Amino acid sequence: MTWTPDQPIVSLKDVRKSFGTVEVLSGITLDVMKGEVICIIGPSGSGKSTLIRCINALNDIQAGSITVEGLEVNDPKLDKLSLRKKVGMVFQQYNLFPHKTVLQNVMMAPIKVLRQNRTEVEDRARALIAKVRLNGKEDAYPGELSGGQQQRVAIARSLAMNPDVMLFDEVTAALDPETVKEVLTTIKDLAAEGMTCILVTHEMGFAREIADCVYFTDRGVIVESGPPATFFDNAQDPRTQQFLSQIL
Amino acid sequence: MEFANTLIDWLRPDWFLNLVVISDDYNRGRYLAGLWMTVKLSVLSIFFSLIIGILGAAVQGAPSRALRVLVGAFVAFFRNTPPLVQLYFFYFAIGTVLRITGENGLPQPLVSNFGWAVIALSLFAGALNVEIFRAGVEAVPRSTVEAAEALGYTRLQIYRDIVLPLAIRISLPALGTNLVNLVKTTTLAYAIAVPELLYISAQIWSEDLNVREMMNVLLVSYVGLVAILVWVLHRWEKTLRIPGYGE
Amino acid sequence: MRPNAPVRGHMAVLHPMRIRSDALPLADRMFNVWTAAALVLALAAVLIAPAFAQDAAPEKRSIIAILLEWTPTLAGGFGFNVLISILSMAIGTILGVGLGVLQVSPIRPIRSVAWLITQFFRNSPWLVLLFYCILLIPFQIEVFGTKIPFPGWIKAVIGLSLPVMAYMSEYIRGAILSIPTGQWESAESLGFSRRQIMTGIILPQTVKRVLPSWMNLYAVLTMATPLVSIIGVSDVMALTRAALSAEGRVDLLIPMYLYILSWFFIYCYPISAVTRLLERKYSVKL
Repeated sequence: MTWTPDQPIVSLKDVRKSFGTVEVLSGITLDVMKGEVICIIGPSGSGKSTLIRCINALNDIQAGSITVEGLEVNDPKLDKLSLRKKVGMVFQQYNLFPHKTVLQNVMMAPIKVLRQNRTEVEDRARALIAKVRLNGKEDAYPGELSGGQQQRVAIARSLAMNPDVMLFDEVTAALDPETVKEVLTTIKDLAAEGMTCILVTHEMGFAREIADCVYFTDRGVIVESGPPATFFDNAQDPRTQQFLSQIL
Repeated sequence: MEFANTLIDWLRPDWFLNLVVISDDYNRGRYLAGLWMTVKLSVLSIFFSLIIGILGAAVQGAPSRALRVLVGAFVAFFRNTPPLVQLYFFYFAIGTVLRITGENGLPQPLVSNFGWAVIALSLFAGALNVEIFRAGVEAVPRSTVEAAEALGYTRLQIYRDIVLPLAIRISLPALGTNLVNLVKTTTLAYAIAVPELLYISAQIWSEDLNVREMMNVLLVSYVGLVAILVWVLHRWEKTLRIPGYGE
Repeated sequence: MRPNAPVRGHMAVLHPMRIRSDALPLADRMFNVWTAAALVLALAAVLIAPAFAQDAAPEKRSIIAILLEWTPTLAGGFGFNVLISILSMAIGTILGVGLGVLQVSPIRPIRSVAWLITQFFRNSPWLVLLFYCILLIPFQIEVFGTKIPFPGWIKAVIGLSLPVMAYMSEYIRGAILSIPTGQWESAESLGFSRRQIMTGIILPQTVKRVLPSWMNLYAVLTMATPLVSIIGVSDVMALTRAALSAEGRVDLLIPMYLYILSWFFIYCYPISAVTRLLERKYSVKL
């Protein structure tokens, strides 16, 4: 089956996942179209992070199916590299490689994994670093940067692989309040350019501003979803209402 | 006070002026040969112990349970038995069994006493290196490895480009301590008559009856050797240092 | 060096510092009950196999019989090793604590001298220190008309206690510096003297931090005790070699050495196991 842009770029069907005897995803179904931005919100421990990690095959699933551009993610025969070329991921803890400079962090994967030409990659990497507004920091090491700066390098590092979908796993949760904004601005720029984004976030204001669709998960299921205007102002499910009243 | 006199006598500075290792050509030659032997013992044992450490740590991450258990037993055994008895075991027990018939028809040891000293010291220090490297590998955060996975790195690439460079830096302080200990432990080769520094010095002091002088020379020599090793390690640590890493 | 200076290896870059508490003490997972069983079996096989081989030559005593025959003598020797280790540890610990406290003295010359002594004995080979003591300490010392004899084994105890002192001094220094400065400040503001703060507040807190290293040091010391056989003390190693030359059998060499190695293993392994347990327990809180 070949994928065409009118089909969902990411599609989850009845996804189930357990850690030991604990079921963390109990049948998640969700479609994301190309260029869409979706936000997944919910209380901690509701399986949001697991969900997003499954899309990138960092966690495997026990039942159901996940496809990215028609690729069956949970297929044991899947070439992980072909998936990871399509899907970029940014983590809560940035996870930069501390022994490489900013430029090297961004350039490493395209050169080593995709075996692309070094000079070409360098040009692109410098452009990406400029795009995340870190010009002049190319030769700094991650340890010399603030959390927000490190997180923006992590975004540039993912973008250097030219992914079609970006996953953001609570990327502002570990940041100082002052630096949260600079990271969110970077993501907003990306979304405006038409990048397909899946975010797990606690920033409700941001979700409301940026998302095409918001999903609320609790105890491994999607309780409610909808466009941000309806979702935030007119939530139907009592669990959603309770969660929103605590947060907002 | 006899004791006080002894003490003053002991510390008198002129011993340095009539040191046999400086004034006497023959003794100086012997001393330098002994020093060179200690350096050879140290360098070879450090080299092989590092190889044992890296291989052992790699095997500890291997899927084969039997291999892991084997390496675990090796580490536990060499870490919890006296190095001197290990050396005797290799030299007197295994060395006596491992003999070949030489050209003159008499049984010849397959491995020389120097060879056994290197083997025993490498295994002893290597066992601890296995633990040190393994701890270094495990201290690399799982999330950093995941980030590399998400970027499409293969297992080998992750190990070579991410885990190993970080693990080496994390292991370095403990590794340094162990290698310094190894240099100090080369003195055990005295017990199987390898003509290293201690052995030669003992020869000199029993011939020339200058125990005190040779003792001081000996201690200064070892402190000097250790200082050189510490300096080398320090340099290495410095070149590996990453800005913003640590302080 | 400030007390709250970052411990090397705790890198801000690796946020969050997820060095798992079980990362450092590994041998536990590497070495479990099954390995222990395999090791004991292997040992038994080595001991028993030559014994069966002897069936061909019935006039010879079996290896096992010889080992059992020598066991009481060797046990006495091993007991001597343990005695030496305990005495050296006691002397070294007392001297080491004192030296360690001097290393953080507010008076600079005292600090420097204590540091120099520590570094010197820490970086000298144990065997060289043993020679030093055996050859340079007189066999008796006359103090106020009384002759105090110094037999070889006492000199050996002193020789082994010197490196113990130096290591202990380093551990104590490190532990004292790791106590938050707030402890000093609050005690000072309560009017305690420096000596009172050290003995009443700081040193008791270092016990927990030093304990794993101290136990490890004891295991290392015990494994260094066979060195005394080189300088003529009749410890288990010297007796083993005497037994081997008395028997004069080549096939006895490997079993006998393995037998002695296993004694040390059985004595030292539990100590290291408990050390790792303590390390793990305290590393979380430290």
